[in-house]
Amino acid sequence: MATDKPLTKNIEIGRAPFTFQQYEAAGGYESVRKALTMEPKDLINMVKEAGLGGRGGAGFNTGLKWSFVPPPDGQPRYLVINGDEMEPGTFKDRLLIEHDPHLLIEGMITTCWALQATTGYIFLRGEYIECEQRLLKAIDEAYDAGMLGKNILGKGFDLDIYLHTSAGRYICGEETALINALEGKRANPRAKPPFPQVSGLWGRPTVVNNVETICNIPGIVANGVEWYKALGKGDFVGTRISGVSGRVKNPGCWEVPVGITFRELLEDYAGGMQDGYELKGFLPGGGSTDFLLPEHLDLVMDPGAVQKAGSRLGTSLIMVLDDKTCPVGCVRNLIKFFAHESCGWCTPCRDGLPWVEHILNKMEEGRGEMKDIAILQEMTTYMGPGNTFCALAPGAAEPLQSALKHYRAEFEDHVAHGCSYKKH
Amino acid sequence: MNNIIATTAIKARKLTDEEIHDIEHEKTHYPYTQAVGLEALKIVQKYQGWVSDESLLAVSEYLDIPPDELEGVATFFNMIFRRPVGKNVILLCDSVACWMLGCDDLQAHITNTLGINYGETTKDDLFTLIPVPCLGACDKAPVMMVNRETYRNVTPKKIDQIIAHYRDGSPVELDG
Repeated sequence: MATDKPLTKNIEIGRAPFTFQQYEAAGGYESVRKALTMEPKDLINMVKEAGLGGRGGAGFNTGLKWSFVPPPDGQPRYLVINGDEMEPGTFKDRLLIEHDPHLLIEGMITTCWALQATTGYIFLRGEYIECEQRLLKAIDEAYDAGMLGKNILGKGFDLDIYLHTSAGRYICGEETALINALEGKRANPRAKPPFPQVSGLWGRPTVVNNVETICNIPGIVANGVEWYKALGKGDFVGTRISGVSGRVKNPGCWEVPVGITFRELLEDYAGGMQDGYELKGFLPGGGSTDFLLPEHLDLVMDPGAVQKAGSRLGTSLIMVLDDKTCPVGCVRNLIKFFAHESCGWCTPCRDGLPWVEHILNKMEEGRGEMKDIAILQEMTTYMGPGNTFCALAPGAAEPLQSALKHYRAEFEDHVAHGCSYKKH
Repeated sequence: MNNIIATTAIKARKLTDEEIHDIEHEKTHYPYTQAVGLEALKIVQKYQGWVSDESLLAVSEYLDIPPDELEGVATFFNMIFRRPVGKNVILLCDSVACWMLGCDDLQAHITNTLGINYGETTKDDLFTLIPVPCLGACDKAPVMMVNRETYRNVTPKKIDQIIAHYRDGSPVELDG
């Protein structure tokens, strides 16, 4: 029987990841054998039909994204894996790469066949040292086994995969900024269109996919669409890595069926809040999502359901805000991060974020004024969607605007009395 | 700090054989040499500890990338050091999950212990302290790195052990 945990079935924290031989013995690389007997367009349709949504945060249908790549013209085309995990509170791609690097490589080979890509790059966060070491070893093993290089499995398919380690810059997670970084340029995002699928790396068709997205491909291709769909709860399809950080009893991340609620994740997986702490709110999927409240715990962890509640599922790794942590300080910390990581290209982001940070600093230090709250509110509009090349500033505005809505009394209290929370 | 583009007195140094060997290896991964710029800066930093003006010019000449373009890349990335750093670089995560679990207290502890703030190096050149965005181990916050090692569930007591480890080689656990 096929597994119900296709992403983590080989993962056992504390032991070394599977070698090529161990991975293959556990059923690995089956999807490559199957894919190379299939027409690339049938593979793309299969992934589209499976309903796999991108796991980098935006959730776009992966097969549909692939289908925008024009037909092969004999020139290079690229698959680029986004492993530049830097969204605050997100720690899932590290788990997948560190503990089962061959799953990613298998997914890449199968995907490259579907896209008829000639080269794959893994764009990895430079600080992920263990990931780098384990990936390099796994890539070497795959070459030695004839799974990479010339004439893979004797089917006439040539593919090289290279690892690029970055040097720390959040904006590289944005796919067009990532492409500029890979070309050796400053990682400013590019205007779209053209989209990377048509004109990406060195002007050639390029698909940029998140690590976890591609780790889903081997299971879908080897076991089929119906099997994949049945993994989800109710009408939802597949599994995903979700997790919890903050003051809970058992912080961590787990492969869960798509369709569970935030409450199930928080209480059944993370063990609930630590003794002496109450849940005040939570960021559902990284630092660039709107705060949700305890009343939202019974929402299904689905992009559509979360959007209706006024937030985004994002990376689906939630951060809990407890009652002993200052929400204004929490937003200040997030804004400081975004201000530091802005590439500086667009004015609302480059100038807006430091301004917001300055106001929040004033409030935390007891120097805030009532008009500052109105300025913060106004800034969320300037930094909102449509005013910038990429989603960094709109993302940064999300925790701010929702905190102003949900915790307004606390902002007012800061203006009147300064911060009354114990300093962290 | 001097702006390299305006400084004509500075000359490129000679890249070492090791540096050239590693840069040549990276060149095989990309169809264009400009793509190797960041990798080359990282290679230089691996051997020299940081990227001096002389090093930056050397890479610029070797890869035929204009120095101002390469400087644009070097200054863009958090982990390329354009100023000298200590023998050991402490990267303390100051993003939200670590903040909620007390990274500011840890910074204060490091500052009290070593006498350095963020961006500073100890007088004996043994340690530099730098804040780093989310290190992707939030379930084991607070988190920090020293050089290429990641330390999780960090406490002030553990920081004392870590500092001792880099001073005299005494043992320290990575996790827990």
